[in-house]
Amino acid sequence: MEKEDIKKVIETLLFISSNPISSTRFAEVLKAKEEDVKAALDELVRDYEPRALQVQEIANGYVISTRKEFSQWIREFFKEKTALRLSNSALETLSIIAYKQPVTRAEIEQIRGVDIGGVIDKLLERKLIKMVGRKETIGKPMLYGTTEQFLKYFGLKTIADLPPMEEFSKDNAAAAVNVEDENIIEERTDDNENV
Amino acid sequence: MEDNNYQIKLENFEGPMDLLIYLIKRDDIDIYDIPIAKITEEYLRYVEMIKMLKLDTVGEFLVMAATLMQIKAQMLLPRPQVVDGDETGPDPREELIRKLLEYEKYKQVALVLDKKEDQQYGVFYRQNMVLNDEDYSLEVSLFDLLAAFKKVVEETSENVKEIVYDEIPLDQRIREIIAMLESKEYLVFSDLFVSNSSKAYFIVTFLAVLELVKERQLAARQNALFGEIRVYKVVASETKPADTENQGSDTVAVPQEKKDESTDESIK
Repeated sequence: MEKEDIKKVIETLLFISSNPISSTRFAEVLKAKEEDVKAALDELVRDYEPRALQVQEIANGYVISTRKEFSQWIREFFKEKTALRLSNSALETLSIIAYKQPVTRAEIEQIRGVDIGGVIDKLLERKLIKMVGRKETIGKPMLYGTTEQFLKYFGLKTIADLPPMEEFSKDNAAAAVNVEDENIIEERTDDNENV
Repeated sequence: MEDNNYQIKLENFEGPMDLLIYLIKRDDIDIYDIPIAKITEEYLRYVEMIKMLKLDTVGEFLVMAATLMQIKAQMLLPRPQVVDGDETGPDPREELIRKLLEYEKYKQVALVLDKKEDQQYGVFYRQNMVLNDEDYSLEVSLFDLLAAFKKVVEETSENVKEIVYDEIPLDQRIREIIAMLESKEYLVFSDLFVSNSSKAYFIVTFLAVLELVKERQLAARQNALFGEIRVYKVVASETKPADTENQGSDTVAVPQEKKDESTDESIK
């Protein structure tokens, strides 16, 4: 298949797919070499730069999405169902799940010191987490992990896109507790408590 | 303390850990050297207020209050001398500090996610197309399910652990599958079989699917013969009360549209 054709087929598939498609999958379908697919994808990403839509590399694949700048028009159009941003509590719970997965509810509660049943339900509902199995321990508690939707929601290519845990080392945490200005905390307490 | 300190909205202190971190920051306390007596006193003031407001999280705050008071008591006792050297025994605050730091770590991660969310918020994707739903309109026969189950077992047989005694009640697994479908439109049949579970678990899972399909709580469908099987929750309106033709037979799912005669034959 000619290079231009590869690009056109890829664009077609991106257009009809709601989920990210990996370059491997493209190569499989197109019966083309993965490097050719990747080259075509790179070009496509560039081609879209001046356009209203964008080709995003996200959640282990590529997907066409709208741009942030035009979100208000989408919201205007789909008035009734725009998802709210996540609460601080949801973000903290997700942070723990993202780094400790697979993890049980009890293990998360151990860290956060609060009951998280309600939060877990909301995260499941929004498909940001999923049940990934059961822990082989007393009561066989459910284990949770992050989803493809999680990657999409946060604009991550893979879970490895998150900074390594060492960046949030003990000392940095201690520094964050001790150094930060009290005023900042007061200001941000409304939705994102910056402690 | 001045009253205006209490005006900070309580929902920000979701839990005892948040409150402690807040107090430590507010008073510029070195986290490695927390003045337990002082912080306990401060902490209890807030707990009093939480009690007054009858917030339902009060229990969690009381547990931490007890911990703080226990540490405070331990601090008053002389620490046992470690046999070698002059080092004293473990600091009673150690466990608390470790927990606070670990929690703080995840709070930082949450900030990173918050930023990422902000960057990505307002980016929209295509909706799932109707096409997909129609694709999976082919009802699945018992034999299709069996074939799919056989495939799953074969594919994962090396990983399957033989466990001598491992009882999983059928109704528990049924509830789990229903719960999984609460948040999803469908489940991929093979995904129900987590590869590292026991053979008994596989069988119970399979029986649970069969039971649910029989009770018309689930519908198993596929997009093509021998294609991937998905199980859908049957919405009330979808349940057809009487389909006399198939009732009482060993039909797994009643084909609503008889697209494929051979499938239909095979289940009789």
